[in-house]
Amino acid sequence: MPLSKNDLDAILLTLELASLTTVLLLIIGTPLAWWLARTDSWLKRPVGAVVALPLVLPPTVIGFYLLVSMGPNGFFGQLTQSLGLGTFTFTFTGLVIGSIFYSLPFVVQPLQNAFEAIGRAPLEAAATLRASPWDSFFSVVLPLARPGFITAAILSFAHTIGEFGVVLMIGGNIPGKTQVVSVQIYNHVEAMEYAQAHWLAGGMLAFSFIVLLTLYSGRSHKMRAL
Amino acid sequence: MFGFGKRPAEVVADDGRIHARFLVRHAGFTLDVDLDLPGRGVTALFGHSGSGKTSCLRCFAGLDRPQQGYLQVAGERWQDSACGFFLPAHKRAIGYVFQDANLFPHLSVRQNLAYGQRRIPPAQRKVALDQALQLLGIGHLLERMPAALSGGERQRVGIARALVTSPRLLLMDEPLASLDLKRKQEVLPYLQRLHEELDIPVLYVSHAPDEVARLADHLVLLDEGQVRASGPLKDILLQPDLPFAGEDDAEAVIDGEVCGHDAAYHLLHLRLPGSEAQLRLPHAALPDGHRVRVKIKARDVSLSLQHAEGSSLLNRLPVQVDSCQALDAQMLLTLRLGEQRLLARITRYSFDQLGIHVGQALWAQIKSVSLLAP
Amino acid sequence: MQVRDIPMIKTVQRSLLGLALLFTGGVAADEVKVAVAANFTAPMQAIAPAFEKATGHTLVASFGATGQFYTQINNGAPFDVFLSADDTTPARLESEGATVPGSRFTYAIGSLVLWSADASYLDGTDAALKAGQFRHLSIANPKAAPYGLAAMQVLDKLGLSEAVKAKLVEGQNITQAHQFVSTGNAELGFVALSQVYKDGQVSSGSAWIVPDTMYDPIKQDAVMLKQGANNPAAAALVEYLKGPEAARVIESFGYKL
Repeated sequence: MPLSKNDLDAILLTLELASLTTVLLLIIGTPLAWWLARTDSWLKRPVGAVVALPLVLPPTVIGFYLLVSMGPNGFFGQLTQSLGLGTFTFTFTGLVIGSIFYSLPFVVQPLQNAFEAIGRAPLEAAATLRASPWDSFFSVVLPLARPGFITAAILSFAHTIGEFGVVLMIGGNIPGKTQVVSVQIYNHVEAMEYAQAHWLAGGMLAFSFIVLLTLYSGRSHKMRAL
Repeated sequence: MFGFGKRPAEVVADDGRIHARFLVRHAGFTLDVDLDLPGRGVTALFGHSGSGKTSCLRCFAGLDRPQQGYLQVAGERWQDSACGFFLPAHKRAIGYVFQDANLFPHLSVRQNLAYGQRRIPPAQRKVALDQALQLLGIGHLLERMPAALSGGERQRVGIARALVTSPRLLLMDEPLASLDLKRKQEVLPYLQRLHEELDIPVLYVSHAPDEVARLADHLVLLDEGQVRASGPLKDILLQPDLPFAGEDDAEAVIDGEVCGHDAAYHLLHLRLPGSEAQLRLPHAALPDGHRVRVKIKARDVSLSLQHAEGSSLLNRLPVQVDSCQALDAQMLLTLRLGEQRLLARITRYSFDQLGIHVGQALWAQIKSVSLLAP
Repeated sequence: MQVRDIPMIKTVQRSLLGLALLFTGGVAADEVKVAVAANFTAPMQAIAPAFEKATGHTLVASFGATGQFYTQINNGAPFDVFLSADDTTPARLESEGATVPGSRFTYAIGSLVLWSADASYLDGTDAALKAGQFRHLSIANPKAAPYGLAAMQVLDKLGLSEAVKAKLVEGQNITQAHQFVSTGNAELGFVALSQVYKDGQVSSGSAWIVPDTMYDPIKQDAVMLKQGANNPAAAALVEYLKGPEAARVIESFGYKL
């Protein structure tokens, strides 16, 4: 196979990044989406707008601000340095952080919609049946919101695999650490190594398509059963 | 109003009753009630839409939190805003039946029923699952999903689900409102049986007089967020200053016990407590001793000074005049029949002509009696 | 003899033509679209207004990576002139027949500099590089940018390639390599002298100007593309770039000629 070690590393790295980002976003996004779905506070609108920002901002804008703020002169960079963690630019951790910002609305919005669709009635029923708020969240909300979770996970995963602008700004193209597939394809094109670019791009296309196809058929299966 | 000043947190003695005071202020609506309800039997919260019945019920449940409130059920204090105490809904031993059943769509009937039951310690499980299944007749539906049930079946499952948590207080929010007539008639008997076979106090919200007449022991009349009357059902129905007695189809509710059946003439005989007299009505046979409730419309009751022979009226009973009230051209009378009372409406002319007065012994002739519940 | 042969009329004709040319300078003038290597951004931005003033033509410049421009040109990008960061790409375009034959020339020779945004970090020598006390060293992608290639050559020459391997961060082009250093994310990096040089000196931070014996000369060639063949503005630009005014600007930015 005309894929170099760097190419294979890039694929692995990309899958790691997408998986880790998706898991973290589901953990972070669920309480955020829940609060947005349930709150009457005046903060709901501004917070919702901030969450939606990555939808409209060019990734390079996100990447640029991350580059500056994660660097040694930026707010975030100074914070991490004072904690003894150094700076996160050019690191996998930095990419994960960038991806979390980049894919945040793709997780929060489907979840928020799913939670809102559930409404108050099932939760009130659960309360009258002795379920505490935590209990009713896990026994009623999560199962009913399952399609929303699946959508959120799919979108986050797929979106992160395609991430380019953010990685370009803060990655530094380090093999095995920040050299993801999208950047590697770009590298090959730059260096006029078209064959490799084709293999890599084509491979990722096929892979993504199969993953999405599987996830979507699984989902419509469940919908029919309901 | 009700003296919502600071009260010390007293340990209240259990007098077996339900004490509730709620003050809820929304834009355009205020609920302000002070209730002292029996700790047994069915209490109906009755009123028009918007009168605050459901708000009131939700306060009992702890689903809404009133600005000020006090709630004591069977000696347990569930809320006392004077000392900032509020027991949330999931900590109250209540069962709640929603207007549209509100079953969990992702769980089967069996799982829905188990949901509440699982969450109370085994020691507190007084209502057995089998008992609830049998009472509501849903044993054959256990493996179905809620989407595959009819409206009536869903409602019965909802009731069973609430029962199986062995609640101290059963709250029902217009459980028959979303059902069509046929389904209503299907479910009503089950509610009846509930009332007869379980010892759990029930708060029943409704705006349907028939349901109330059939099921309630105690009635609370709500109007625009205020309590207009609260008392035993039968008494409330007779009170002349309340909407019931003054209506055209005012009626009294009488409890009786089956004491025989005339097969040849297809007549059911009912014994009335505290009276030698018996009521007779055309009906199929029922087992002796079976308790029934009948309603007798005020306009179906006429009076005579003497026992009239040779009349086609089936029921002629000795009564005593308890009270009388003038209503335009008519006179509304309450008549004592044994331990219970009837309503009669006659013209003022006849009243004066016959020289009727309170305490007088008369004969009531009842044109028709309808059975409320078998 | 005809009217137009009378000398007076001829003068009038020429004057009128000259006037016409003067006043309609904008309408008669053309636009030249240039693809410019990222490292030449600053000099080109200085040259453009001067060129426009001198010739009356309009200049529209796009700045970016040489490799990217090559791909775009091959796929029909509408450029008239291409200023590359190397000499191999124009040569390749020439051999592929995408250019006007014989139009290739070297417009600048690049200088490599090791630069830090921190004014006290470098002392004009390679001491800090050898000391290796930094976390990140920024270079341009060697496969795509000649300055990146040159940087690797310098590191090889100094025998530091292995030592700094783990600390290397690559920018996609020389601009990004510079960006990493200017934001402080890399303590130092190999950038084009033209990016940090102005009016004869390094304008901010600290630097070590790498001796040109340490790397292959970064000859930056320009070429006229097929599209610009009949464009007077394109021809004018090529002429201007070879001229003395342009040379002054180019040298002031640290390039050699």
